[in-house]
Amino acid sequence: MSQEVKVPSVGESVSSGILSTWLKQDGDYVTQGEEIFELETDKATMAVPAPANGVLKIAVPKDTEVAIGQVVAHLEEGAAGKVAGGAAAAGESAGSRASAAATAEELSPAVRRLVADHGLDPASIAGTGKGGRITKEDVLAAADRAAAGNAKSSSAPTAGTAAPTAVAQQSAPAASKTPQEGGVRQRRVPMTTLRRRIAENLVHSKQSAAHLTTFNEVDMSAVMEIRKKYRDQFEKKHGVRLGFMSFFIKASQRALEAFPEANAFVDGTDILYNDYYNIGVASSTERGLITPVVRDADRKSFADIEREIVSFTTRAKEKKLSPDELLGGTFTISNGGVFGSMLSTPIPNPPQSTILGMHAIQDRPMAVDGQVVIRPMMYLALTYDHRILDGREAIGFLVKIKNLIEDPAQLMLDL
Amino acid sequence: MADDTKYDLIVIGSGPGGYVAAIRSAQLGMKTAIIEKMETLGGTCLNIGCIPSKALLDSSEFYQKIQKESTAHGIGIPKVNLDIAELLKRKDSVVTSFTSGVESLMKLNKIAVFHGAASIPRAGTVVVVPAGENSGSATELSASRILIATGSVPVELPFLKFDGTTVVSSTEALSFDRVPENLAVVGAGAIGLELGSVWMRLGAKVTVVELMPNILPGWDSQVSRTLQRELEKEGMQFHLGAKVSGVSKKGKINLLTAETAKGEKLEIPADRVLVAVGRRVYTDGLGLEALGVKRDEKSGRVVVDERYETSAKGVFAIGDVIEGPMLAHKAEDEGIAAVERMANIHGHVNYGTVPGVVYTWPEAAMVGKTEDSLKQDGVPYKKGNFPFRLNGRALAMDATAGFAKILAHETTDRILGVHIVGPWASDLIAEAVVAMEFSASAEDLARTMHAHPTLTEVMKEAALSVDGRAIHSK
Repeated sequence: MSQEVKVPSVGESVSSGILSTWLKQDGDYVTQGEEIFELETDKATMAVPAPANGVLKIAVPKDTEVAIGQVVAHLEEGAAGKVAGGAAAAGESAGSRASAAATAEELSPAVRRLVADHGLDPASIAGTGKGGRITKEDVLAAADRAAAGNAKSSSAPTAGTAAPTAVAQQSAPAASKTPQEGGVRQRRVPMTTLRRRIAENLVHSKQSAAHLTTFNEVDMSAVMEIRKKYRDQFEKKHGVRLGFMSFFIKASQRALEAFPEANAFVDGTDILYNDYYNIGVASSTERGLITPVVRDADRKSFADIEREIVSFTTRAKEKKLSPDELLGGTFTISNGGVFGSMLSTPIPNPPQSTILGMHAIQDRPMAVDGQVVIRPMMYLALTYDHRILDGREAIGFLVKIKNLIEDPAQLMLDL
Repeated sequence: MADDTKYDLIVIGSGPGGYVAAIRSAQLGMKTAIIEKMETLGGTCLNIGCIPSKALLDSSEFYQKIQKESTAHGIGIPKVNLDIAELLKRKDSVVTSFTSGVESLMKLNKIAVFHGAASIPRAGTVVVVPAGENSGSATELSASRILIATGSVPVELPFLKFDGTTVVSSTEALSFDRVPENLAVVGAGAIGLELGSVWMRLGAKVTVVELMPNILPGWDSQVSRTLQRELEKEGMQFHLGAKVSGVSKKGKINLLTAETAKGEKLEIPADRVLVAVGRRVYTDGLGLEALGVKRDEKSGRVVVDERYETSAKGVFAIGDVIEGPMLAHKAEDEGIAAVERMANIHGHVNYGTVPGVVYTWPEAAMVGKTEDSLKQDGVPYKKGNFPFRLNGRALAMDATAGFAKILAHETTDRILGVHIVGPWASDLIAEAVVAMEFSASAEDLARTMHAHPTLTEVMKEAALSVDGRAIHSK
């Protein structure tokens, strides 16, 4: 008896994704709960566990678009032996060879020659020609990718020896050059779905809105004082460190209350005012930028917020974030400071109209009451959609955040 | 009878664009009517363009071959007579069989044909006034869609206006009652070269004056140079980079006056002057301005969107009246695409693979990009070349002038352009067009079997040459 392995539901809004990698090989014995493949959606990547014990029989190759509920593999119950796995594998490859042969007539002469020369499987090459046919260009690109994949593993050891002499340096690139096409010094790597979506969203945002950025600077000393004074107490009581983000999220939420346009969306010729405060916190992962959302930030305490942020970060690394957690934001904060950025012009995440950029905190000489003192300063950037926010509101928004951060008592007193 | 004035689609103009669109429309189940101003159907192409010129080209070439090549074949022919009237009669009968063929096609597809001048007083209505009668006998037709396919007419030079006898356009040049002793041709594009060739082969002294520094402006320069050389061998004279100023008379002799790039004055004896400097959009009498149909300010072409709809809703346009090369096959494909879009089928024209042909002998043909345009766009390319003189079939035919050149992308090997001068280039180019439609690489062509001995082998060898490995040449 075999059990079907299906693509699990990952959120209300998601109906398909890409099965990006198989974490186990065809024929491997897997146990229930063991992660067997990675599913990539526009918003996040998650590892999917096996629903039962069994020998894995893969039905869908990696990098394939799949629908929620689609069967992507089977688990043969019972025999964990390699014999069963081997036989299954042999059956699989004979089947795939047959299907490859069936399409040989549909390959153009140059493509036939090239796939044979490079030992490539035409079934794994995306065709960009008429009617989805594979062109010579497609095969050359696939060959480049395959060669680059091999070269990466072989160039690592040579890189070390190449450092000292120029002569040796010349031979190192030769090692990573693709075998046949000597003159091609470029690798074509298709974007992951996530990166493609990020790219599309950013371009769309830039083209449909009228974005401007306004700047200000904030003296972090008051917040830093508070953190120093109450750090241990806070951690003891709430089980989580008191960071900067909770202050900024709270301050942003107040500013959004005072300047409702910053929390609104443009929809055609209407403005959609949102009477709730879902603040996204932009986080960088190895797959790209994602923005988990802190919902109803006005109703959450500092501790709640800090806890949520830690949870987001941990689960994002483990690819356990659900796409629904990334939806529904009305405003976003992006902190480039952790990477050392002094100043930047972030892009709002459509349909949001505003984004706050936080930056590195640097001790700078400031004039305070006629004296020059050293203060820990952070530049703030606010990019806003000028279609619904005018300069005055945007500047006012940023000034409000500055005031709330520099004088946190105002936060407490709801001023 | 059912309402004969209400249609789903009315096509104005029965040239290749119009009649093909009408047939496709009928195939898709739309009640269709077509309106033609001239007495016969088929437009410029069938009546005063492509077809009659090909008939004359073939007749004149036959005459030339007999005169110049029969001895080499061991065939002795006593004095050869030329009866121009018969020659023209044959041309006329070719035209008639074609135009009546289009008429049958209209009947076969149950397309209503109206003869007369059309105008569009408002969207959805077309008024047809039969030729020679007053507007009292006009017919008013209605249709949810109107397709303008009224084509183009020869451009007239303001300082060299057509008078129908001395200064003529291609129309009259297709019916000279006598071979002119001296024929001056203004414009070295396809039409000027083709009609110049016709009369040159029939015995005229032909001089071509062209403003640009090369013949066939816009074509591959190797093609232009090769063709010019071959035509000069036949006796055609060229003044390139020269500007025509007008006609004058020296006693009884007509002269075409021109000035070379260097400022030299030219006086070319010319019994007839053929002005072939281009064609312009023809939409006279349609009332497009009142309808609010947008045109390109510079070119006068009607502006359409990707569904071939003009700025007036329900009014569409294809062919020579809209942007793009003024070619019959382009108009045909547009006619089909426009009609298919009306039926919500995704009809599509690939403007990157429109072939161009010059029917001189040797012929010239091209599809895709020229080397100049690739250089301008910064696209890296490699090229392969193969001459006809190394092709078996061409040798056997005694048609060894010319070459085939293939331009392919430097890294992907994709075919970007093909340029041919030689025998039947007009037919050979079809292989290149198909290959480019399927995004083929030069290697694909090189690895495809080509029958031997045929002219098509020049394509295979040129493809091999792209990779530096032609078999039959270095």
